[in-house]
Amino acid sequence: MKYLDEYRDPALARRLLAELGAVATRPWRLMEVCGGQTHTLVRQGIDELLPAGIRMIHGPGCPVCVTPVAVIDRALELAATPDVVFTSFGDMLRVPGTSTSLLQVKAAGGDVRVVYSPADAVRIAAAEPRRRVVFLAVGFETTAPANAAAVLLAESLGLTNFSMLVSHVLVPPAITAILEDPECLVDGFLAAGHVCSVMGYTEYEPIAARYRVPLVVTGFEPLDLLEGILMAVHQLESGRHEVENQYARAVHRDGNQVAQEAIRRVFRVADKEWRGIGSIPDSGLVLADGYERFDAALWFPSGPRSPESASECIAGQILTGVKTPTDCPAYGTRCTPRHPLGAPMVSSEGTCAAFFSAGRTAAAPSPALNAATS
Amino acid sequence: MTASPLFTACPAPTAETEHVLLGHGSGGRLSAELLSEVILPGFGLAGSAGRPLEDAAVLPLPTAEIVMSTDSFVVDPLFFPGGDIGSLAVHGTVNDLAMMGAVPVALAVAFIVEEGFGMRELGRISQSLGRAAHAAGVKVVTGDTKVVGRGAADRLFITTTGLGVRMPLARPSAGRVRPGDVLLLSGPIGLHGVTILSTRDSLGFETEIGSDSQPLHRVVAAAVAAGGDGVRALRDPTRGGVASALNELAAASGVGVLVEETALPVPEPVSAACDLLGLDVLHVANEGCLLAFVAPDKADAVLAAMRSRPESPGAVRIGQAVAEHPRRVVVRTGIGAERVLDMLVGEQLPRIC
Repeated sequence: MKYLDEYRDPALARRLLAELGAVATRPWRLMEVCGGQTHTLVRQGIDELLPAGIRMIHGPGCPVCVTPVAVIDRALELAATPDVVFTSFGDMLRVPGTSTSLLQVKAAGGDVRVVYSPADAVRIAAAEPRRRVVFLAVGFETTAPANAAAVLLAESLGLTNFSMLVSHVLVPPAITAILEDPECLVDGFLAAGHVCSVMGYTEYEPIAARYRVPLVVTGFEPLDLLEGILMAVHQLESGRHEVENQYARAVHRDGNQVAQEAIRRVFRVADKEWRGIGSIPDSGLVLADGYERFDAALWFPSGPRSPESASECIAGQILTGVKTPTDCPAYGTRCTPRHPLGAPMVSSEGTCAAFFSAGRTAAAPSPALNAATS
Repeated sequence: MTASPLFTACPAPTAETEHVLLGHGSGGRLSAELLSEVILPGFGLAGSAGRPLEDAAVLPLPTAEIVMSTDSFVVDPLFFPGGDIGSLAVHGTVNDLAMMGAVPVALAVAFIVEEGFGMRELGRISQSLGRAAHAAGVKVVTGDTKVVGRGAADRLFITTTGLGVRMPLARPSAGRVRPGDVLLLSGPIGLHGVTILSTRDSLGFETEIGSDSQPLHRVVAAAVAAGGDGVRALRDPTRGGVASALNELAAASGVGVLVEETALPVPEPVSAACDLLGLDVLHVANEGCLLAFVAPDKADAVLAAMRSRPESPGAVRIGQAVAEHPRRVVVRTGIGAERVLDMLVGEQLPRIC
């Protein structure tokens, strides 16, 4: 595979690991913000191969995990509404709300459809003018341009039966919130390459300077991650705190201007509630003035607001890196992918689910070969 | 066949319809016409003009171990590159028999058809099923057709039940894997699942691949001829993919399984699609490859025998059974780390980003 094999070469991986071992003179804690990067780290077993002192902290970068229960409950309510076609990306379907999930609403007769692009939801609306089509618009800056484009498409088609339930989140305010936390353990960040491919990385430069932390824009293949980690450790060891770009093949400093313009046109920045973390100022997107008619939250009368989950899930501490999944007493016992107590166990990008599928336990830091846990 | 003049004024549906009607499942004349004009000719069998249609088939089976399996097929879309629901319904059951070391002998086929289903499509699917059965050397000996109201089924469901005769030397069983056994894979993985995904309207990506759907009993026969009862366990990794199949075998035998990720034959379009959608190829469905655990002293001979078959020229060794981590499947990744490969919980859902 010409475009992937180069980034999975075992010999190069060993060379990067050896260099990392030689460069690191003391323990460092790095946070990969993105759930996709968590997935690669755990799936490839990269974090187990890192030198002993280098610890990866899995950040709040799974959009499924940080969507508030109130939004899920609202989605469930809309999905059960008789004339509604409720559309969503696949991995939102299993997320538990207060009492049920979209999969269960679907099984009970709700018209819930998995789409692979928000434009598909618009197409459904065009094809079924008598139904009200709602798209659950979640995700970071990566999905925002496509969601904005879907609204613009619906507008150009003159559709009046398409709306979005918007729960968009933004990465830089989340990084700032983590750094402001007095319990913050993070020495440096791997910034998500795909977010930066849209937004560029100028937003990160004041963060790096103010909090004196290295931020390395990093891709998603095993060698991307190893190189990103190495670049961050180089900075830490030499006392630098800059934004560097490991993912130069996809990321330009100014990002994708067309995508940014679409976001700016359709959305505006607002305070946002994050599941397990709480409210972060200016960390979300809502539909901008002139596009409220596409807001599903305004289309349908609001039900009572759900309280945040009172379960024993420690999602907030997991998502900010204060604790690891195996620190949680419910992990792997009362909380499993089959019966998730909280969102990080739901999505395959979620830290807890990634740990669980890799067979990790508190008793087995290199759990793959530990028979006792089977 | 045309309707009798006596019935020309009657609004009852006639056989010339382009769609399957509820009346086609009534058990009356329309049912008989559907059977004799669409389904049985498709299977390559004479209609009512041939041998009488009895309520059940009589099979002269040799004194041997009879193997039986049944499976239902509900696939969307019904036609896909590399096959359709008709051929799939043959291959699926033939392969289930084959995984027990059986030569397939006879198939029973049941159709559940939604009212309004295209008659032409039903004919095409019947013909495909018939061709696949003929190519596999298995006879369709009995069957059933039901028509249900619009909305009560999704177009067409097919259930096939197969009978086979176990080869004399064959003793494959999920519980016979022992530490040290070599794990072989007969061909590339992920083709069927990714083909099905790529043909769904909403996905919007194109590939040049097709399903790997094919019968595997001749591969099994070659493997058994070369390895005898050293062919310890066979499994076709259909739904749930290689991950589920290996977990089932590990659990049934109480052994650990170690898979070398770099040895897995993953076609480039499959790999690209899985990366794009956030799917693990080891969880993606296959319909034309098999996993075999083989005693170490027979592994080379069995691998050579598998490679000699046109169905499996790319057979490879991908791992082995181990005494460590019993009942767990572990993958050694491309960069040298290890991870546990678990079964999926529910359906594999594409990730957001």
